[in-house]
Amino acid sequence: MNDPNLATLSASAADALVACHDCDLLYRKRPLREGEKARCARCGALLYTRKPNSIERTLTLALAALILFALANIYPLLDFQFQGRAQQSSVLSGVRELYAQGMWTLAMVVFVASILAPLLKLLALLYVLLPLHFGRRPWRMAQVFRWIETLHPWAMTEVYLLGVLVAFVKLSDIATIVPGVALYSFAALIVVMAATDAALEPEAIWERLEPCR
Amino acid sequence: MNPGLPITAARAALARCHACHLLSRMKPLPPGNHAHCPRCGAALHLRKPDSLARAWALTLAAYILYIPANTLPIMTVVSMGHGEPDTILSGVRALIAGGLWPLALLVFFASVVVPVLKLFALTYLLISVWRKSRWRPRDRTVLYRVTEAVGRWSMIDVFMISILVALVKLGAIATIEPGAGAMAFAAVVVITMFAAMSFDPRLIWDALENPDER
Repeated sequence: MNDPNLATLSASAADALVACHDCDLLYRKRPLREGEKARCARCGALLYTRKPNSIERTLTLALAALILFALANIYPLLDFQFQGRAQQSSVLSGVRELYAQGMWTLAMVVFVASILAPLLKLLALLYVLLPLHFGRRPWRMAQVFRWIETLHPWAMTEVYLLGVLVAFVKLSDIATIVPGVALYSFAALIVVMAATDAALEPEAIWERLEPCR
Repeated sequence: MNPGLPITAARAALARCHACHLLSRMKPLPPGNHAHCPRCGAALHLRKPDSLARAWALTLAAYILYIPANTLPIMTVVSMGHGEPDTILSGVRALIAGGLWPLALLVFFASVVVPVLKLFALTYLLISVWRKSRWRPRDRTVLYRVTEAVGRWSMIDVFMISILVALVKLGAIATIEPGAGAMAFAAVVVITMFAAMSFDPRLIWDALENPDER
């Protein structure tokens, strides 16, 4: 390996560089065409991408996701009918029942993963993207945008849906289970949320912060 | 593909902001002071702080909790005053007995295979970094990425219990009560997620940086 000339890497030149988040190798940033991705040649990690109309597309999808999220939480998920007795369950009633039975830590984990984290993530996205779309910078944009990445692994909507499906199949041979509006909303929500994540180009948002430095 | 400069950011004294990914020059600071990203204000580090110690502590805690997670009941079906406790494995067995093979496989994979493999993968990564292994760094990085991405899927059983508990409330005929095993199991999943987050994959590559080997 050649010894690179460290003196050439001045503070301003650091802007034109990126480091791989998995192996720390440095790269000179090159302009990409829309839809292109730059990957690390050493470890294969994604370095940066360029996505068309990232802010507008993410904004639209996040708004759609928020509506579906509301439906998924207002309406019942499953209807349980057994010998003339019926019981409905929503996302929140599962949390409430765990809490009522003394399992408050478990109730909290379910609440955070199925309701709080996805909701905060969507609200944070809207808080940052809506003003940016109209050419304004939201207050404390950096802090709010940072949460989105922190919240991401804890928003488990798609895992939750699988849990519901397992419960559905388990009960369906001993009782009559009728899927509710929320179940369909959930199915649509995970698709729209995945599309929201795919449309977002975080680098483009962070670059909006540049002028204030 | 863009060939990399033959140097890591850390060697060039550049810290990559973990939040906004901006590179900043690290200057020596008086002890007790922290560097912050000039763009987004997040704390700057060349590597995740105390990565190995934190990841080890969390992984060991997860191993310990893994025992009650599998031996204690995750839920109890109380029917006509008679309780029938279910562990993770007996839940899978019940699905097989009911002929629900695809579902049994899904639950077995998410609740048994993934947590075990995740714990083993974390242990292996931690030992290999501690021994400064130079063996297949790219494959070990991929192993890390898979470990980090797949962990959340183990929560299926926990969510299933929350639904069952809310639905099956038929008084004396049948009720489902959550068990302590579910709490331990959820703790294993959450703690291994934190363990994977505190592990820094760049440490795998730092072993290749040893200058006396060039």
